[in-house]
Amino acid sequence: MIRHLLSGADLDADTATQILDTAAEMAAVAGREVKKLPALRGRTVVNLFYEDSTRTRISFEAAAKRLSADVINFSAKGSSVAKGESLKDTALTLQAMGADAVVVRHPASGAPHRLADWVDGSVVNAGDGTHEHPTQALLDAYTMRSRLGRLAGLSVAVVGDVLHSRVARSNVLLLSTLGAKVTLVGPPTLIPVDIAAALAPGTDVCYDLDAVLPSSDVVMMLRVQRERMNDSYFPSAREYARRYGLDGPRMGRLPEHAIVMHPGPMNRGMEITPEVADSPRSTIVEQVANGVSVRMAVLYLLLGGNNR
Amino acid sequence: MNSYLIRNVSILGAAPTDLLIRDGVVVETGTGLSASDATVIDADGLVALPGLVDLHTHLREPGREDAETVETGSRAAALGGYTAVCAMANTSPVADTAGVVEQVWRLGREAGLVDVQPIGAVTVGLAGERLAELGAMAESAARVRIFSDDGHCVADPRLMRRALEYVKAFDGIIAQHAEEPRLTEGAQMHEGEVSTRLGLTGWPAVAEEAIIARDVLLAEHVGSRLHICHVSTAGSVEVLRHAKARGVRVTAEVTPHHLLLTDTRAETYDPVFKVNPPLRTATDIAALRAALVDGVIDIIATDHAPHAVEDKECEWAYARPGMLGLETALSIALDVLGPQWDLIAERMSRTPARIAGLTEHGHDPAPGAPATLTLVDPAARRVIEPAELASRSRNTPYARMTLPGRIVATFLRGEATVLDGKALK
Repeated sequence: MIRHLLSGADLDADTATQILDTAAEMAAVAGREVKKLPALRGRTVVNLFYEDSTRTRISFEAAAKRLSADVINFSAKGSSVAKGESLKDTALTLQAMGADAVVVRHPASGAPHRLADWVDGSVVNAGDGTHEHPTQALLDAYTMRSRLGRLAGLSVAVVGDVLHSRVARSNVLLLSTLGAKVTLVGPPTLIPVDIAAALAPGTDVCYDLDAVLPSSDVVMMLRVQRERMNDSYFPSAREYARRYGLDGPRMGRLPEHAIVMHPGPMNRGMEITPEVADSPRSTIVEQVANGVSVRMAVLYLLLGGNNR
Repeated sequence: MNSYLIRNVSILGAAPTDLLIRDGVVVETGTGLSASDATVIDADGLVALPGLVDLHTHLREPGREDAETVETGSRAAALGGYTAVCAMANTSPVADTAGVVEQVWRLGREAGLVDVQPIGAVTVGLAGERLAELGAMAESAARVRIFSDDGHCVADPRLMRRALEYVKAFDGIIAQHAEEPRLTEGAQMHEGEVSTRLGLTGWPAVAEEAIIARDVLLAEHVGSRLHICHVSTAGSVEVLRHAKARGVRVTAEVTPHHLLLTDTRAETYDPVFKVNPPLRTATDIAALRAALVDGVIDIIATDHAPHAVEDKECEWAYARPGMLGLETALSIALDVLGPQWDLIAERMSRTPARIAGLTEHGHDPAPGAPATLTLVDPAARRVIEPAELASRSRNTPYARMTLPGRIVATFLRGEATVLDGKALK
């Protein structure tokens, strides 16, 4: 098993499949009356969050607690971090407290890589800047596999602000490793020209959402910040929604079995309409539940479910 | 003054000869020389070069003496074979007045290891809004001739035009940090495949090339001298080639790191590889090397940029850009160019001395020339250990790399500043 999970590229097909299989076993625990396993008793998991992200933090917290780990939530706000403590000093502090795993969310790309140089425990990237969010990709893959029964050969459209999306990067890497075909869709300003070469050579880019929908098994809508229009990435929120938002009629162009995903939080009316978000094709709530199972699997395997 | 008899030295790769230094000048060369009063240096296997001249050095004093001082930077320079360095203006306070440039100049004289030639800021506080008192700096004891807002681009085209015109009165030169600011907002590394993969905001090559293109046209229009700092892209080379063919009075420098390291170094997110302009691609490196050989790029300049540990031991986006260069530049040049000693002397000593107007520098060791030279052991190979560097900072990108060549001795006007690879003060 790998020691850290920093990038979707850290996972080969076997390791990723092992995590998804383990997550399925963890999901069974969630159905029990007592939703707890003793696997990580006596181990300490630190949630180190430099950005507000309640949903990701509580997902990791629930995962660690269901495995009986001791959980410390270290929020950068109102802590020594807010007083200007460096990431390295924080790392040494966590090290001294005996953190077995550090789950880190950080606005700077690569911060988890730096942290991994400074702590002995495992580092899990819970989202770093505009880089990656590998557990999101794992839970997305898990969701696709449970809805559609497979990953190999699936056509997945990832739609929106690919340039700034850590979810997109991790998904492209992981889905390609697992044999799915990814098409990135959005305005050219928000899709780096060399993204396929950078991440996975088989990746396609298309600027026309309507052209991609009929052949997609999965449509993954990315959150698009309205403020991007102030940087001229697109003219207005309205035009963005018109060209790249997923509404009812567009959803109708999808094949019968296709699913609609969104990593949340959604901008309803921007990239996705309520009609789509709340439809039976939408897996958005499922993704949240699956997130806990996948994060349980990641923590369990990294912390030596099978290697210590 | 001391006298030195350097035995069996190869001047710029020529057959070994003896070289006698007395009263600050080379008095004699030839085989079998003797001088009873002279300190004898066995230079068997060593190559003598004119003392190196760096057109682009950050000495950090005044303001960031925790990162470097004029003295520690001078020592690093001497150990790197340099006899003169041009100190960039982005200190705190900024070197935008006669008072600050004279202070830096005086500190250099006191350190006495290399000639420290201050560069003056083009605009007040490097703010890019109005001209600093360029004439006052030119007339000061520091006799400033090169002006640069390095670290910032003189982005306003009208201000750039005026600066180019104004310094003609005292044969000044504007050294431009070519970086279109709107195209590089938040930029962290070269824009390309690697930045896309790493999720770091890109610094596109066009942001450099567009400014160089504009400025060579401005320089042509007003007939002024322009120097381009740290050229980093293949496209910039083409713009410069075109401008030189038209007869524009433009010169250009490339740094050692842009000749050797690619943007893939960012993959570790270790900010020791963060620099501005950023490390580029292998294609750019090939073009820069070719341009250095054919003369489209005139010189190697280090952009020696010391930074305190806390400014580098952090997240990539929060780190300050820049890397050390003085103590490794000649080794990189040897690695890149091989033992083409005349070319190395041209790119690292004669031409930078001429651009900077440092008339006492850049002379090949020969009878009558100032004894301002350095002795290199080209056969030596050394492993770069950051802790062993003389700079006060440790941000070398070459840590634990094995590089060719070692500076054995450096002389400034006949006085040894380095002997046996050790600084004498």
